[in-house]
Amino acid sequence: MTERRAIELPVIGEVTRRTAIKAGATTLGLAAWATAIQPLFEWASEQSVDEFLQKHYRELSPGELQAVLNRLTDEARRETGRPVVIRDHQPIPGVVFAYALNLSICIGCRRCAEACHRENNHDRATHQSYIRVFEMQKGGIDFECGNAGYHHPVPAKDKYYMPVQCQQCENPPCVKACPIEATWQEEDGIVVVDYNWCIGCRYCEAACPYHARRFNWEKPQIPAEEVNIQQSYLSNRIRPQGVMEKCHFCLHRTREGRLPACLEACPTGARVFGNVLDPHSEIRWVLENKRVFVLKEELGTKPRFYYFFDK
Amino acid sequence: MAMTGVTNYLRFLRQAVHVATEGGWLFYAWMFVLTAISLVGANAWAVQVRDGMIRTHMTDHVSWGLYIANFTFCVGLAAGGVMMVIPAYLYRDEEMHDVVIIGEIVAIAAIVMCTLSVIVDLGRPDRLWHMIPGLGKFNWPISMLTWDMIVLNVYLLINLHVVGYLLYTRFQGRMPNPVWYVPFVFISIFWAISIHTVTAFLYCGLGGRPFWNTALLAPRFLASAFVSGPAFILFVMRVVRVGSDLPMHPGPARLLVQIIRVASVVNLLMLASELFTIFYTGSGHAAAARYLYFGEDGHDALVPWIWSAIVMNLVGTVLFFTPAALQRGTTRVVACLLVLVGIWIEKGMGLIVPGFVPSTLHEVVEYVPSLTEWKITAGIWAFGLLILTVMLKVTIAVFTKEMKLAPRTVAD
Repeated sequence: MTERRAIELPVIGEVTRRTAIKAGATTLGLAAWATAIQPLFEWASEQSVDEFLQKHYRELSPGELQAVLNRLTDEARRETGRPVVIRDHQPIPGVVFAYALNLSICIGCRRCAEACHRENNHDRATHQSYIRVFEMQKGGIDFECGNAGYHHPVPAKDKYYMPVQCQQCENPPCVKACPIEATWQEEDGIVVVDYNWCIGCRYCEAACPYHARRFNWEKPQIPAEEVNIQQSYLSNRIRPQGVMEKCHFCLHRTREGRLPACLEACPTGARVFGNVLDPHSEIRWVLENKRVFVLKEELGTKPRFYYFFDK
Repeated sequence: MAMTGVTNYLRFLRQAVHVATEGGWLFYAWMFVLTAISLVGANAWAVQVRDGMIRTHMTDHVSWGLYIANFTFCVGLAAGGVMMVIPAYLYRDEEMHDVVIIGEIVAIAAIVMCTLSVIVDLGRPDRLWHMIPGLGKFNWPISMLTWDMIVLNVYLLINLHVVGYLLYTRFQGRMPNPVWYVPFVFISIFWAISIHTVTAFLYCGLGGRPFWNTALLAPRFLASAFVSGPAFILFVMRVVRVGSDLPMHPGPARLLVQIIRVASVVNLLMLASELFTIFYTGSGHAAAARYLYFGEDGHDALVPWIWSAIVMNLVGTVLFFTPAALQRGTTRVVACLLVLVGIWIEKGMGLIVPGFVPSTLHEVVEYVPSLTEWKITAGIWAFGLLILTVMLKVTIAVFTKEMKLAPRTVAD
């Protein structure tokens, strides 16, 4: 015992000015750290433990999924004051969706992009949409000569119009990229995102060759009266801040047998949507009778979104 | 016995804390400045988490920016850190043995900076646990990002083990047992190459980004890492030599200069090959390179960056080939600085950003980092240097025997 004290005493004895200053500096440093990361605490106070601990969508039991849907519905109702309903739409067995677009009659009015904007509860200020319409130069399919920012009456002379949205690839590079399986392809071919699982690394956004993915750089803002209250977990519910989102072929409509919002909005009937496994469907007729093509075929992504010229 | 082990280790830690916080006024000023910059970075990050990534200037068109650029450079730094290890162990260069540990310390600090650069790039850092295998969903082996996460973390562990083991045995006054570190040293050599290769695969595996989609990317990453890593270590060795009593022999430094000479020429050669392929073919794939080197339709934000990088790399390489570079002095310091900054730009802003400009649908949206991004990146560097300084202090203390286990221990 005496020996121990003999060793420790010099240490205690060294509680000199220097040690005291060190202790003081450490205390000040810690306090400064706490102050610096204060905004983090403000943010954390708004997060719920249930959300933090929530499992991956595909690992939720039916009961757990219902609890999650109830929680999200409650939150959405509180925030908007509207009777929001968030449901879970499962793929229909025997259905694989495909989309075709007739470039000969598309006039570039961008009503499809606008319909997407409203249907899918996109941020109003940035006028977000899953669809970008390119004004292209007749004579080639070269996006280098395309322009998505046109502001003049359409259709313009010597131009044609090419709306681009998620191509719902059969071999999706974005799904391969995701480190945590937050995005995957469903039975009916639709590539979806679990907004409550995504960590927001944006590797999928780098991987997508079609500029189809969008990131929530901040929380989307939509006036309560404009919110589309018919929502689904994997589609148009209002996305959290900091996660990816993308076109989901309006699965909350199409899995109920309805058509995508962009198709319904099209004034020229340029858009054809349906189940490719159904031999009597319109999409099947287009694929069998029109000379269709896909974007960037050389990349081997096998898009389920087809384009064709009619004349 | 076990008790002695624990008390000895606690003693090691206590003394380490002591020497790491002791120094002259220059040391305190340095630590104060680094802490202050780290705090500014931490605050900017906290604000970014609260307000969203809107605080950055990244967009859906340029969805990765300064953070991932800096990440890529730091991976190279970490890989280059063990460049000292190869000659030391493969050629049994005894003088190298003493400085090998500096390379490994640089590697540790660089990996910490890598990890931080990725974390600050996440939209939802609170969900990081989704990446933990078993707890979350780890998309291995499909996603290259999971590979990168594995190789970087294992590399960190290997280097922590080697550094910790070498320091602790020296502290105890024992000879390190080769069984406990030599195999790990060899693994770390292999692993250093793997971290940079896998990081290159992150980018070059994306078919939709022609600027990155080249088989030359991984070899170029390695070549430039073997310039930036040794250049940084030369810098650190100079600081250690001037600032401490630990002797730094001129031999290892000369060897590093030789490594840089070879690697920088290989790097420039590959750059030339890449430029030829892109511009002579002149296909649509040249769009990003045209934008990067010459600007496109009045958009030229990256042009000054990349030409500065090319000039710095060229001048730095020429300087390294002068005889003066083999001696201690200004030429070598200037050459190191030039290639460090040159490669930081080339691997960062000059590689990551043009991958997104023009976008996959050929829209040209430019990117210039926001103040938040600069603050956070500076904070990461400051924190990395803070760790490096502390580790160097402890290493110097152990090597100069300022820090050692007292000959008389508690009897048991």
